Amino acid sequence: MLLSIRNLEKRYAEHVALQNISLEIPKGCIFGLLGPNGAGKTSLIRIITQITGPDAGEIYFDGERLRLEHADQIGYLPEERGLYKKMKVGEQLLYLAQLKGMRKDEALAKLKDWFIRLDIKDWWNKPVDDLSKGMQQKTQFIATVVHEPKLLILDEPFSGFDPINANMLKDEILAIKERGTTILFSTHRMESVEELCDEIALINHARVVLSGNKAEVQARFKKNQFMIRFEGNLMQMPGIEVISQQPSHAVLRLSEGIGTNEAIALLIQQVRLLEFKELIPSFNEIFIQVVSETN
Amino acid sequence: MNKIFLVIQREYVTRVLKKSFWISSLLAPVLLTAIYAIPIWLAMKDKEHKKVAILDLSHLWKPVDLQDKELIFTFISKSEMQFKKEFSKDGYDAFVSIPANVLSNPKGVHIYSSKNIGLSLKESVERLIQNKVRQELMYQAGISKNVYEDTQVDIESDTITISDSGDETNSSSVGAMILAGVMGLILYVTLLLYGSQVMNGVIEEKSSRIIEVIISSVKPYQLMLGKIIGVGLVGLTQFVLWIVLTIGLTQVTSKVYASKASSMVGLSQDAQIKANADMAIAMQDSPMGEVTKVLESTNIPLVMFAFLFYFFVGYLLYSSLFAAIGSAVESATEAQQFTFIVMIPIILSFLLAQYTMQDPDSTIAFWSSMIPFTSPINMMVRLPYGVPIWELVASMVFLLIGFFVCSWISARIYRVGILMYGKKATWKELSKWLFYKG
Repeated sequence: MLLSIRNLEKRYAEHVALQNISLEIPKGCIFGLLGPNGAGKTSLIRIITQITGPDAGEIYFDGERLRLEHADQIGYLPEERGLYKKMKVGEQLLYLAQLKGMRKDEALAKLKDWFIRLDIKDWWNKPVDDLSKGMQQKTQFIATVVHEPKLLILDEPFSGFDPINANMLKDEILAIKERGTTILFSTHRMESVEELCDEIALINHARVVLSGNKAEVQARFKKNQFMIRFEGNLMQMPGIEVISQQPSHAVLRLSEGIGTNEAIALLIQQVRLLEFKELIPSFNEIFIQVVSETN
Repeated sequence: MNKIFLVIQREYVTRVLKKSFWISSLLAPVLLTAIYAIPIWLAMKDKEHKKVAILDLSHLWKPVDLQDKELIFTFISKSEMQFKKEFSKDGYDAFVSIPANVLSNPKGVHIYSSKNIGLSLKESVERLIQNKVRQELMYQAGISKNVYEDTQVDIESDTITISDSGDETNSSSVGAMILAGVMGLILYVTLLLYGSQVMNGVIEEKSSRIIEVIISSVKPYQLMLGKIIGVGLVGLTQFVLWIVLTIGLTQVTSKVYASKASSMVGLSQDAQIKANADMAIAMQDSPMGEVTKVLESTNIPLVMFAFLFYFFVGYLLYSSLFAAIGSAVESATEAQQFTFIVMIPIILSFLLAQYTMQDPDSTIAFWSSMIPFTSPINMMVRLPYGVPIWELVASMVFLLIGFFVCSWISARIYRVGILMYGKKATWKELSKWLFYKG
């Protein structure tokens, strides 16, 4: 485990931000931190980045109790992001890299690599003020990853990116994961959860209400529903409920005790079966279901 | 620790590289030098030498009688009728003719000039002639040369003002007052100036949202301290530039004046010495001259040390409060409701300093130079008048304590404030932040 969070509590004067939060984040995975606005995601992230401290509970980073020195091994891209507007891109990144404990020459070399890789060589001496929003996002992303952190925390990384840059960012995130970096990825966009995450945790009202491996979680929410494509006339069958029907498509739910093989055996007596597919709930559905159940 | 240094470095370098820093660093010494140089220049400007031809039919005047700092006299022996047409062609500014019977007919003196004659030239010529005529008339009346010379007494007075309470102020404390006033004013302006620079820096970090990235790398108090120290060093750099440039510029100016004075054409050695003395007097009459007089009688290293100490620690105290305010708000306009509370003590110290200047040993002056918020300005105002060393030490210790208390309070407000968005800060809110945990 890269990060073990145990029984974390955080209370602000008027409300409880985190209540008994425990999470295990394995090394080298992309961990999706989900939850509606105000659920406590940012509070949790700020405790992991040691911007604030917890009231109770502990965090272990790579086997050690989380300490100030670990800050240099964490890269954090906050949701609300910004840069010094008057500073030049190059010197700003150099400053931020040095604040993460890099030596100047080392930071300079790594930054040059990034500038070449993202094809932004001529930005070095531009003041941040002159950059477009998308360019600033790229700059900020470099600032987050240049020191090659063990843990990368990305809070809504795709917001503000156009589709082309979002794709580029996705590729970069996957490449960073390949190098063994653990990524904590907080988002509302369920399609990117489906695409990128290996593990997820859903936080609502300061508590973890759902967590686990992505496929495992999806399996938990399966409703035993199947989509079929067919030719012919679909009749009522014992143990198979037709939820919706169109001339060539239908959604069926199998009763307890009826397996897919039995269902198919029944179906082929009536129609020519072209396709039989299990309906796996999307994370969007899971999200909405769990959040409304726990509200 | 290394990270504080990085923050200090960034704050310092970005500010020092700004054009506005260099403009203000250069402009102030130029202005100060002008204050010093212009009165001297004006005093010397009058001493452009005018050539005056003199036709003395009475033969009473010898060259030694005609020593003047502005006029160079040349005796001629041409007729008045003829020479009054020629003197300007011969390069004279004026032509004076003295009749043979000048003692009985003093009104017979004529002054010719090509242009309208300057009032000062007319007066100088008249004074020289009049003195000699009086002297001659006195000799004729039987007053001996010795008696006459004994009556030529120069009076040099010390101006002493006596206040209602009977306190005497002599001219050197006028200089002390100027020195005190200047130092008080500089402290007043710089405390406000650099304090609000710190505040704006904090607001910038908060409103541009870079703050969250930074404090995931450094602790909030490190960032706050780094910013305060960085801006403070900018202030010290500016002071050093001001002092060095002002001294340099005034040195150069007085060198220029001195060489000008010694190269005055056609002057005898006596006249040169006199011209130098005139310049010295002119320098003393200028405000800088007064200060120079005081500086000679004060412990300059002590004053310099105290000034830098009170600037830096006073600045640390106030700017930590400014930083706390900056952290609690999202824009400079929103900050105004809080800044007045920090500005009040600064403005109050400046007002108290007016009393302190007039009566540096009064109870008000004593306490205002002890209490940390008012002491930076008021102790600096008292210092040129002389302050017991224990008072100075006590005041410095109190100021340091005040700084630690204020920065502790500020750091607690700051660490909460920088992450608060969309919530309008109130005094009640700020006081709650003080007691938030970690």
